[in-house]
Order: sequence, then structure tokens, then C-alpha cells
Amino acid sequence: MFLGQTLLHSLTPPVKGERVLRQIWFIGWKSMLVIALTGTFTGMVVALQGFPTLRRVGSEALLGPMVSLSLIRELGPVLTALMVTGRAGSAIAAEIGIMRTSEQIDALELMGLNPLRYVVVPNVLASLLALPVLTAVFDVIGILGGYVVGVGLLGLNGGTYFGEMSNYLEMKDILGGIYKALTFGLLIGWVCCYKGYHSRFGAEGVSAATTQAVVNASALILVWDYFVTSVVF
Amino acid sequence: MIRADNLWKSFGHQEVLRGVSFEVQPGEFVALIGGSGSGKSLLLKLLVSLLKPDNGRIWISGKDVAASSGKELESLRSRIGFVFQGGALFDSMTVYDNVAFPLREKTSLGEKDIRRKVTGELELVGLRDAGHKFPAQLSGGMIKRVALARALVRDPEIVLFDEPTTGLDPVVSRAVLDLFSAVHQRRRLTGILVSHEIPPIFEIVQKVAMLHEGRIVAVEPPGQFCASPDPVIQQFVNGKASAQSRLNGGASLT
Repeated sequence: MFLGQTLLHSLTPPVKGERVLRQIWFIGWKSMLVIALTGTFTGMVVALQGFPTLRRVGSEALLGPMVSLSLIRELGPVLTALMVTGRAGSAIAAEIGIMRTSEQIDALELMGLNPLRYVVVPNVLASLLALPVLTAVFDVIGILGGYVVGVGLLGLNGGTYFGEMSNYLEMKDILGGIYKALTFGLLIGWVCCYKGYHSRFGAEGVSAATTQAVVNASALILVWDYFVTSVVF
Repeated sequence: MIRADNLWKSFGHQEVLRGVSFEVQPGEFVALIGGSGSGKSLLLKLLVSLLKPDNGRIWISGKDVAASSGKELESLRSRIGFVFQGGALFDSMTVYDNVAFPLREKTSLGEKDIRRKVTGELELVGLRDAGHKFPAQLSGGMIKRVALARALVRDPEIVLFDEPTTGLDPVVSRAVLDLFSAVHQRRRLTGILVSHEIPPIFEIVQKVAMLHEGRIVAVEPPGQFCASPDPVIQQFVNGKASAQSRLNGGASLT
């Protein structure tokens, strides 16, 4: 019901554009560094682990496809979502929880403003829009990280790395990853806003809401990932 | 103007309100007192429909609050200002933006008119120069005054004050109560003030209502209220008065 009302308010004017942009800046732009860092090392470790395995079967030329497919189909969307949950989702839950306990949400309601439209919708929309972009950044930087390890450290030919990648990578892989990222964005916004919005009173209540937001959203991301993967790919 | 009839409200097995009935006439300023946890703040939240009573009805200006929803409830609430216990100011906005917020969101006033109105309200509460500050930069007393300015900015007919002096020192607390009194007299507002500031609030209200064990046990002018032979009232008033005297005595020694 919470999600339904949020989506309804997202689709009907007036949408608080300025607040959506501010939350995109908070969720998207301010997560960029951690996503870049995570993406770089994920791509590097996939290459480092994958290369010896591929060499055993004489297929080290397929390192590029292996890194890119792993990142684009699976690791990029999931790890991006988990990192955003930890960095921005927790902050969203805490902020809304504090607004609830300090009666700011009641104040909005008494002014005749719908708190869902003002507080929740901008976060959900921003999360929905930011996740695909962050995932794309994660994927690109991860692929470059894999290149650094595969070509720079392990001696694979640079042309082979990207050439084989273009042979194996299909549009449905990219679209599947984007679709996953979109649904994860919705899930993070929904769960974290819901937990903050229904926070119990006091510091303990906000603390519990924040913890539950992160744990529930992270677990749901992994569960949902399985079902999306089974349907999309 | 405000009438509550037989209000009941429970949380689980705990019955907080058990048949509360009272009336507040237009222009009256009424103090609502009672022990901690007696349901005073709850009663205010029922009046503005932030919570629904389990039973009973509330009329404000002849409109049934419980039966109102959507635009009707919004229209009813637009005539009521509410000063929250902690101020409930928006942390991310400056003082000026907090006060301007209801006008920007719910009226068609231009920015020039909003500025004039907000500046006027901030001047009224003595904070004209604090418009650029954020709530985190304000003292407790300043927060209450900004909350009052925000509550008044849409010219409400009724203002509800939920323990507005909690956490303030006696001097600031008295200054805030005097401000409320001055605003009430100047604007001829109808008001309900939930407070533990006994006896200072008796000097600024026309009536005192006492909530005890889920019911209103008295609604009387302050003089009659203090002279009431009811042992519950005497215990509450005298207990607080003694404590106040001790505090005053202590202050004069320093």
C-alpha cells in the first residue's frame, strides 16, 4: 500500500522536481566515488581470479567477455545496489526517521501537504533514476580495472580483451543489467523510506529503523536478483 | 468554536482518554493541564485529526473533524496553527524558509508578498534578523518563537500549543508565554495551551481545563480553578506551586 501510494504520487503532479534533483545529487553524485572504487577493484579481482582458470582450459582470450558479462549481468547491479543501500539508503531511513520523531512529518500533514509526496516520492524517484547510471559507471570502471590487470599485469593482448568482449556481449545483457538496476533502485527507495517513515520514537527507534532498512533492503536485493535473473536472462 | 464530545482513545489495553468532553468558545485561550502521560498532547492531535478517536466526535467551527477528509480536512487544518513541543522546524531550511514554506506551498502569493508576510511574523516574535539561520543554530526559546511564527503565517483562527515551554529555563519560558499571550490578544485567536507551567499560565489564559484519569475534571477560570475544593486539583496546583516557590526562592538567593 505504501509503495502503491508512492507510485501513484510519483505519476501525478505536482512532483517536487527540485527535491528530486537534490536527492539525485545525494544518492547519485555523492555515491560516485565509492562506486568507482568498488567497481575498479571488483573488475580487477574478477580478472585476477578468472585469468588462471581460463588459462587452464586454454581460453584466456575470453577474459574480456568474462569480466564484462560478470559485471554487466550480475556484479555491477548487485554490488552497486548494496553499496548505495549502505551509503545512501541508511541516510534516507535515518533522515525520515528523525523527521518522524521530531514531528516534522506531522507538521507537513497539518500544513495540508502530503508527506509521501514531499518526503518519500523524491527519494524513490531519485533512487530509481540514479541506480542505472551508477551501475553503468560501476560496469565501465570495472571493465577498465579488469583491463589493467589482464593486459597490464597478466600480459593479455589489449585488442583481444576488447575484441572478444564485443563478440560475446549482447544488447540483452546490457538491457538486463539496466532493468535489474532500475528494480533495485525502486526497492532501495521503497524499503528505506518505509522503514524511516514508520520509525518508532526516540533515538533507539531511529537506530532500529536504519538498521532494518539496510538489512532488509540488502536481503531483498539478493532475493529479487535471483528472480529477475531467472526471468530476464 | 471547538467542541469535543465523549472522546475515547486506547493504545492496546491502555485506555488514555475515557470520555473527554469540553468546549472552547471563539477568542478564548484555554490552558490544558494534567499529569505527564495523561493524554494532553494526544487530545491536541485528535483535534487536528493527526490521530482518530476510537469513539466520540469533535467539531471545529461547526465542522465534524472525524467526518472530514481530503480537501475538507485540509481546509479545516488551514484555519489551525499548531506549535509542536520541539518546534518541528525543517532542519534543511533556514528560519526564513521555514516560515515561508506554508505560504509557498499552499498559497498563490508572490515572493514579494511572502517576504512581507514572513518578515512581519519574524518581527512579531522578535527574530527579524535570524531569518538566515538554520534551526540547529537556534536556542530552545528561539525555536519555539520560529515555530509560533510559522504557525501564525497563514492567519489561523485557532492555535494549539503543545507544551511549548518544555525544556526552557524559567526566564525564557516566561518570555515565550508572554509572547503567546500578546499574540492571542492582538489577533483575537482561539487557543489551547498544553503546559506544566503552573502558575505562570494562569495569568495568560481565560480558562483552565484539567485532564485526569482520561477525563476532563474541571474547566474553570483560573481563579475558580485554584480555589476549587477538589482534592485532585488542589494536589496538582499546590504541588506545582510549592515547587515553583522553592525554585523562585533558590533563584533569589543567587
